[in-house]
Amino acid sequence: MKPLAISGHTLVSALGQGRAATLQALRSARSGLARRDFETAALGTWIGEVDGVDDTVLAPEWAAYDCRNNRVAELGLRADGFAEQVRRAAARYGAARVGIFLGTSTSGILQTEIAYRHRDPATGALPASLHYAETHNTYSVAGYVRAALGLRGPAHVVSTACSSSAKVYATAARMIEIGLVDAAVVGGVDSLCMTTLYGFRSLELVSSDICRPWDARRAGLSIGEAAAFALVERDPEHVDAWLLGVGESSDAHHMSSPHPEGAGAAAAMRGALASAGLQAGDVDYLNLHGTGTPGNDAAEDSAVAAVFGTGLPCSSTKGHTGHTLGAAGGVEASICMLALQHGFMPGGLNVGQTDPALQTNYLHQSCEKVLRIVASNSFGFGGSNACLVFGAAR
Amino acid sequence: MIEVCVLGVGALGPGLTDWAGGQELLCNPGAWQRQPTLVPPPGRLPPTERRRAGTVVKASIVVADEAVAAAGLDAAQVATVFTSSTGDPVNCHILCEALATPERLVSPTRFTNSVHNAAAGIWHIATQSRQPSTSLAAFDASFGAGLLEAAVQCLAARAPVLLVACDVPYPEPLHALRPVADIFALALVLAPPTTGGRRLTLEVSGDTEPTPCDDARLEELRRTIPAARALPVLQALARAIAGRVVLEGLPGMTLRLQVGAPA
Repeated sequence: MKPLAISGHTLVSALGQGRAATLQALRSARSGLARRDFETAALGTWIGEVDGVDDTVLAPEWAAYDCRNNRVAELGLRADGFAEQVRRAAARYGAARVGIFLGTSTSGILQTEIAYRHRDPATGALPASLHYAETHNTYSVAGYVRAALGLRGPAHVVSTACSSSAKVYATAARMIEIGLVDAAVVGGVDSLCMTTLYGFRSLELVSSDICRPWDARRAGLSIGEAAAFALVERDPEHVDAWLLGVGESSDAHHMSSPHPEGAGAAAAMRGALASAGLQAGDVDYLNLHGTGTPGNDAAEDSAVAAVFGTGLPCSSTKGHTGHTLGAAGGVEASICMLALQHGFMPGGLNVGQTDPALQTNYLHQSCEKVLRIVASNSFGFGGSNACLVFGAAR
Repeated sequence: MIEVCVLGVGALGPGLTDWAGGQELLCNPGAWQRQPTLVPPPGRLPPTERRRAGTVVKASIVVADEAVAAAGLDAAQVATVFTSSTGDPVNCHILCEALATPERLVSPTRFTNSVHNAAAGIWHIATQSRQPSTSLAAFDASFGAGLLEAAVQCLAARAPVLLVACDVPYPEPLHALRPVADIFALALVLAPPTTGGRRLTLEVSGDTEPTPCDDARLEELRRTIPAARALPVLQALARAIAGRVVLEGLPGMTLRLQVGAPA
């Protein structure tokens, strides 16, 4: 593919709001995870909650969109002047020439989960205060961002579970290449809700301990929430990083377990390298999907070793942020760009005892290094795989 | 403006059992009788999967198979775009009900199938296709968004793409807030413009009124099921003449389509 300029990016997660807070946490090996309750869920697990969501107020004209997911989105738009940057791009290209492609898995379903506790005892009806289209519906977060930023271009939500907000980079790259838009807001937003907290628990994929990707005793994931946004442009005034390649594939294996040797994941990584016109040896660092479940990490390790060999420095940053599900691809894209911009590789957290069965060169400490090319893996239920390759601005 | 061609079509809806039979009815809607959509068991799925699959999965797979067969392609070699406003509404309702009880006992299978890309995942497992797949949503504009994404993917990859659009009604109490009249599903196999088949051009345009169906009863379907927003396109494909359709998009945005005459 033709390299695509990323002219701005930001993220909000349990590590804090914006790039500086995220960078500081990554460099100082600080996790945003805490053992705490969420809403009425007292599960005794570690979660990655965004601070300040309850106090976030949307503009009065967008009050119908008010829900946890759109509040997390709003915090993301406010961080690092992102909304202002998009408005400047819309003024330059025209609002109809800016697309919006965002990933989410559960959107604002927490509103409906709460509404189901308050059904009319006689009729079963949901409270009239539930704004289905603006909160629960899968598209609602892109609808909110499109409205709040005054954009008029094509928009949709990609919802392929935990690969969603990596795949939107591929969508935007194609749309710009074909000439349908000149710029696009990409990224992802997912927020804590009962469906994922109890759902992942029902599959026995949540750790009662803090998540420990790549550790011998890893026992599952810790759920987090986040918003991550990037602005991609045809003709930028400034470049933060370049999207060099995208690879997408399907496992064709199982709905909730990866292919044991990571065949689909390897196909996505190879596809990304081919799309970038690069060899495996050109990549300096890989941000792993690395959820911390025994099966996921083992399958990804096999796939990475098959494509890159065992020397490539890699790590998972889910020990910092938790698994932010539909936002994870966007969060980790942003972390990769921070690594390129600031010349460092984040070390994975919470590894006490490295799993001897895993072969890859897993980083336990952050290290300062000038990076040219980095990659990020995102995999989801349904066997949906994506790999993104980013290059430094120089 | 971008141009692709349509190599195969699948359709299923109220009074429309498949594209093979539906074409004639869409050409001459006077003969069409509205009846509740009947989803046949998808032969593609093994019996256990067939029993477990939600309606949105079954309807999606039925139309996908019809379109791929019409295009004469091997399903394992075709990338896919699945689009749906609501995903699996029955599964969503049952999960919300379970989460409103004190025990909050969630079925792991229901949670797994709650992902928006469940139909896509099951299709790729059933067809053993490792090709890329996207699942997306854009509320009432979901069909238009899927069509645009599929056409763009087809041109970017210079290869056929299977588009599947499906919407299924919610049960109460969500039905009252998001009424979807009945099940509607369609599939289109798009290919690069030199491949043969009916030519289809797409253009993103500003706010213009979408083209209604030329039959009042079909128009009722178009307005009350998101996936049925495709009906004017299906009517244009059913007729052996060139046609133009303005497809409903997002606020301030529509898609202008031109369907070429048969070669």
